[in-house]
Amino acid sequence: MLKKVSTIPHQGTPEQAQRLAEVIAKYKHDKSNLMAVMQEAQAIYDYLPIEVQTEIARGMDVPLEKVYGVATFYAQFSLTPKGETHISVCLGTACYVKGSGDIYDRLQEELGIGGDECTPDRKFSLTACRCIGACGLAPVLTVNDEVYGRLTADDVPGIIAKYN
Amino acid sequence: MKTVAELNAARAAALKKIVLRKADEVIAKQVQSDYKYTVLVCGGTGCTSSHSTDIVEKLKEEIKAKGIEGDVQVIMTGCFGLCALGPIMIVYPEGCFYSMVEIGNIPRIVEEHLVGGEPVRELLYKETVAEDGSIKSLNETNFYKKQIRVALRNCGVINPEDIYEYIAVDGYQALAKVLTENTPDEVIKIVTDSGLRGRGGGGFPTGRKWALCAPNKAPQKYVVCNADEGDPGAFMDRSVLEGDPHCLIEAMAIAGYAIGATKGYVYVRAEYPIAVNRLAKAIEDARKAGILGKNIFGTGFDFDMDIRLGAGAFVCGEETALMTSIEGNRGEPRPRPPYPAVKGLFNSPTVENNVETFANIPQIILRGAEWFASMGTERSKGTKVFALGGKIEHTGLVEIPMGTTLNDIIYEIGGGIPGGKKFKAAQTGGPSGGCIPASLIDTEVDYDNLVSIGCMMGSGGLIVMDEDTCMVDMAKFFLEFTVDESCGKCTPCRVGTRRLLEMLEKITDGKGTLEDIDKLEELCNYIKANSLCGLGQTAPNPVLATLKFFRDEYIAHVVDKKCPAGVCKSLLSFTIDKDKCIGCGKCAKNCPNDAIVKTDYVAPGHKLPSYTIINDSCIKCGACMAGCKFGAISKK
Amino acid sequence: MEMLNVKVNGIAVSVPKGATILEAARKAGVEIPTLCFMKEKNEIGACRICVVEATGARGLVTACVYPVTEGMEIQTNTPKVRAARKTTLELILSTHDQNCLSCVRSTNCELQKLCLEYGVDSKAYAGFKPTYELDYSVPHLVRDNNKCILCRRCVAACNEQYVSVIGANNRGIDTCIGHPFDMPLGDTSCISCGQCTVVCPTGALVEHDDTDKVWAALADPTKHVVVETAPAVRATLGECFGMPIGTNVEGKMVAALRRLGFDFVFDTNTAADFTIVEEATELLNRVKNGGKLPLITSCSPGWIKFCEYYYPEYIDHLSSCKSPQQMGGALIKTYWAEKMGYKPEDVFVVSIMPCTAKKFEIERDDECAAGAGNPDVDVVLTTRELSRMINRAGIQFTSLPDEDFDPALGVDTGAAVIFGATGGVMEAALRTANDVLTGKDNENLVFEEVRGTAGIKEATYTIAGLPVKVAVASGISNAKVIMDKIASGEADWTFVEIMACPGGCVNGGGQPIQPQYVRDTVDLKAERAKALYSQDEAMTLRKSHKNPIVAEVYKDFFGGDWGCHKAHEILHTSYVKRDKFHH
Repeated sequence: MLKKVSTIPHQGTPEQAQRLAEVIAKYKHDKSNLMAVMQEAQAIYDYLPIEVQTEIARGMDVPLEKVYGVATFYAQFSLTPKGETHISVCLGTACYVKGSGDIYDRLQEELGIGGDECTPDRKFSLTACRCIGACGLAPVLTVNDEVYGRLTADDVPGIIAKYN
Repeated sequence: MKTVAELNAARAAALKKIVLRKADEVIAKQVQSDYKYTVLVCGGTGCTSSHSTDIVEKLKEEIKAKGIEGDVQVIMTGCFGLCALGPIMIVYPEGCFYSMVEIGNIPRIVEEHLVGGEPVRELLYKETVAEDGSIKSLNETNFYKKQIRVALRNCGVINPEDIYEYIAVDGYQALAKVLTENTPDEVIKIVTDSGLRGRGGGGFPTGRKWALCAPNKAPQKYVVCNADEGDPGAFMDRSVLEGDPHCLIEAMAIAGYAIGATKGYVYVRAEYPIAVNRLAKAIEDARKAGILGKNIFGTGFDFDMDIRLGAGAFVCGEETALMTSIEGNRGEPRPRPPYPAVKGLFNSPTVENNVETFANIPQIILRGAEWFASMGTERSKGTKVFALGGKIEHTGLVEIPMGTTLNDIIYEIGGGIPGGKKFKAAQTGGPSGGCIPASLIDTEVDYDNLVSIGCMMGSGGLIVMDEDTCMVDMAKFFLEFTVDESCGKCTPCRVGTRRLLEMLEKITDGKGTLEDIDKLEELCNYIKANSLCGLGQTAPNPVLATLKFFRDEYIAHVVDKKCPAGVCKSLLSFTIDKDKCIGCGKCAKNCPNDAIVKTDYVAPGHKLPSYTIINDSCIKCGACMAGCKFGAISKK
Repeated sequence: MEMLNVKVNGIAVSVPKGATILEAARKAGVEIPTLCFMKEKNEIGACRICVVEATGARGLVTACVYPVTEGMEIQTNTPKVRAARKTTLELILSTHDQNCLSCVRSTNCELQKLCLEYGVDSKAYAGFKPTYELDYSVPHLVRDNNKCILCRRCVAACNEQYVSVIGANNRGIDTCIGHPFDMPLGDTSCISCGQCTVVCPTGALVEHDDTDKVWAALADPTKHVVVETAPAVRATLGECFGMPIGTNVEGKMVAALRRLGFDFVFDTNTAADFTIVEEATELLNRVKNGGKLPLITSCSPGWIKFCEYYYPEYIDHLSSCKSPQQMGGALIKTYWAEKMGYKPEDVFVVSIMPCTAKKFEIERDDECAAGAGNPDVDVVLTTRELSRMINRAGIQFTSLPDEDFDPALGVDTGAAVIFGATGGVMEAALRTANDVLTGKDNENLVFEEVRGTAGIKEATYTIAGLPVKVAVASGISNAKVIMDKIASGEADWTFVEIMACPGGCVNGGGQPIQPQYVRDTVDLKAERAKALYSQDEAMTLRKSHKNPIVAEVYKDFFGGDWGCHKAHEILHTSYVKRDKFHH
């Protein structure tokens, strides 16, 4: 797994910085909390750009390389921002056997981006995910938190249009 | 709750909340219910995905409108298991089972059933309504009747967010019992005698695991629960966490008492938000109730626990990788020995079990080792939870005694294969497992039988495959998964699995040779023998199992250059039956690559000339076939 | 101690409980190949090359980490074992840049050696192979991930140095050793110690090769090309030519340098004697005038960079003395050039160092005694680069006669010789301080407590009735312990010696590469240091202030005492605070 690193410049707000500082203060007594800090940081910023990882390294007193090594190991951590609309396609077994691979391909084609990428206008981002447990509805995808089930590739343009 | 007496008092008080759901028990006749009706709505991930939360909102709204709030208790539970029929709703005292409930049905159900007292039969799951109109209990349906619920006993029965409902169903009684009646060694003996084996995959005897850790002295020891369920298609652990989180807390505290640990961690996938939230609330509630913390029930035993969230790495299901991850690192496995019992989390003695294993513990304590050992087969005791998926009618979660045949699981419980297709194989153990071919459908499913046929129990994902599944493609799918999830630490797994995948791709692309099959097998055996951890050691299993049972399919791919199931695109060819083609031209329009052209031939009885596919231009997308209403296009 | 009896390939050995199969095999005289293993430093069982068969174990087990049990019978050379190792090598090769012919590590590559032994088919497995750009962003090394086998020995070395700027990123086949956000090494807080280059089994991490610059200077008739050699180089250079570890090759080294064409061959040891008198003066001044204490040595540029990055608030504890290399260059380009009537810009100074950080040091600010733009030292070559020049020039090193340094800056003392080992600078300083404070020529020359390879050594000496508390640390993890004590105020040392590399310069990042099995089984630090201590013992001049050149230079050139204004201008430098998170 090779993590894509965004080239879109990072823009953080003072409020976000304040929240991150609070998270670090809560956890810094124990370095084994590094992942929890990163998870909460990602909840604040949606992704973990170098500026945020540097703050975490500084605050938790761990090498930046360690933070980056962890960030690039776990699928959950993102180094690219999420679009306003984030589409996630389940490629779990149940969905796969029911054709979710075709749906994923079609989305890439329609959006003009690859997996784990964000459109330059930051409107859409796309990723594949493992089983989300909605196997009864296979194949499924989620748009933000909305679940769409029992799909075919031809449903893709309609779903995109709904959020455009 | 400072004492066992207080726990018992709380149980007595809480019984009124749940008594409607215990219709068949003696106790129901002794306790006056607080309510006239209890409505249980499944709040598991499956049903939540199909908007069961909206259903609860609507229900409450309608109930309020009718002014019957005092009579009806509405509860969101954990998973009922029959996910394919979600959203699911059950109404007690009748135990009526409403399936695939739509919001639009709610006013009618409230009006007719909860106000009028008459169940809406046409909205009930069809199998629960007899021809004479009488309503059967859920437990009489095919899906449930062969099931025995131990680990899942409270899932879909109690409100997982209410500690008192758990207490009402004898929750925390097992903990109270061991703390007041048993020595730690006795607890280990009970677990050992029960024959319980680890439900996470390997099947290591749980009692022995505890016994190996107990004697190791250290200032701090740990109990770790592996809830990093990562097999594609598996959701057993999630259901327990969502449906019965207190059961896990109780079991971990019991384990802590048995091995001398005072601290527990639950490592749970961050992708399970409902489970995480319910567990977090349960831990908080247990702390408030004095069931976690210092001097539990006044016995001097201390135990507390925390949640650590996984972040999407399958390898963290491996016990040493999981511990490395809890420590805040890349979740890379460590060599064993030393085993966690000696040097585990933070280099301290640690017992790690998965969720389902723990979920059996309180019942084993309360009902005894003999009771548990009476279920199952000689060397695999108790029950096992399976997540049924793939080409099966009743996708969902089942708990069955060890030794149930695959045939019963698929046809009796799972309702068979949809569309009248032929069963081909069942895949168990996910990316670490193998497959059971149709010829072995009468296999009694337990640890040792599965191993003996080159398969493995795994954590309980059971994917059913029919004649349309290509076994080479299936092996490739699992290899893609392991290649993606390999942590990259050891050479055989990091490079070897990738090379395996490339060999499989060569075969499914029609470029393989017979020699490649031998080389594939050789590399599989090498990776099994040489990888650092369980992920790598089992990664070749899907390939080896399919090679064992479906070698002819591999041979068809390399010698005949055909994919018998018609899945591998490179080996497919689409043809138009010129006599069936009416010449409408829809296929040509659908074709993204202009590979379909008109011919001069007009079939007898048709007016327009038929079409044909230029094989060299065909990209095998299947768009033509999908769009043909006349069945004139076939693939092979 | 409980002993366990095992058999390795039928050879009975008895090993302590807890010993690994690898240890048992080594005791039985059976070598098992390893790639990722570094004793006590990287016991991760990742490469899988050391697999063996053992009774009581399922399948193959990794000898490097698998503990033996009583009665275990181990087979290290069965068809199954050989086949497994061969496949492992073939898989490694399938992602390895096989451009081996001119790789710096050719013939000294642990992977190459094994591939030869196991007769691997280098093209057995083809397929996806990640490709990486080479990292040339730093003066001291080149990183070529295409040759990386992911053994993580560099990561362990960097972690041991507490710096941790290199680690494993990504996952699966895409796992690579690298820096955060794939930034170049030059943007990280790397301290240039080069320990990663010493432990790398292949050519993925090699010193930046500056030999071409030296060949060019040697061929330039307008340049007076001068070379100075650090104390620790003479103790190790022989290893590059197959001589036993710990052989002192000072004379042959000088002869080789002359044959390479250097116009003058000087000794950094001479400069080290200047370092001692200047540093001793600085220490006495600080004690007298209430300056920052403890005073910490500044000979090790890796340590200096670490202090600047990780303890920037404490840089005023550092001695302002330039390192011996820089003092040597400064003296050559000022005092000696003047004496010879050469223009400093026509003098080209090459230093031969056990160190990669020295390549960084020559580029520092405030290291140009002869004037801006004219660095004290022009090119640094590591011991390894020098050996390559000697080979290329066709010089038969082992047959060379012993020759002496050119005397102008080639007279040294035993005090300077021992600079190459941890504790050496401290001992040299104590020898001088003892004489200066007591006003006597003391017989006592050996300060045993600061000798030896321990990572941290502490001692209290009474000199002229005053207690002097000192500490010596080598390796950055140990340096960190010292610094944390200084930071917390619990330290009351007067003088502290810190060397970046564990064991000091004899184990520097530019020293000859010994395969890991040698590093696991021989205490390189101790063996190499012995060569220096025995040279010291054999010398008549053993105190820096007794070096006649020191006296001459202060009298004739600096025109003052130790620490005088001119000496300060030429022999001292300054430091900068750095931010380890500034990218």
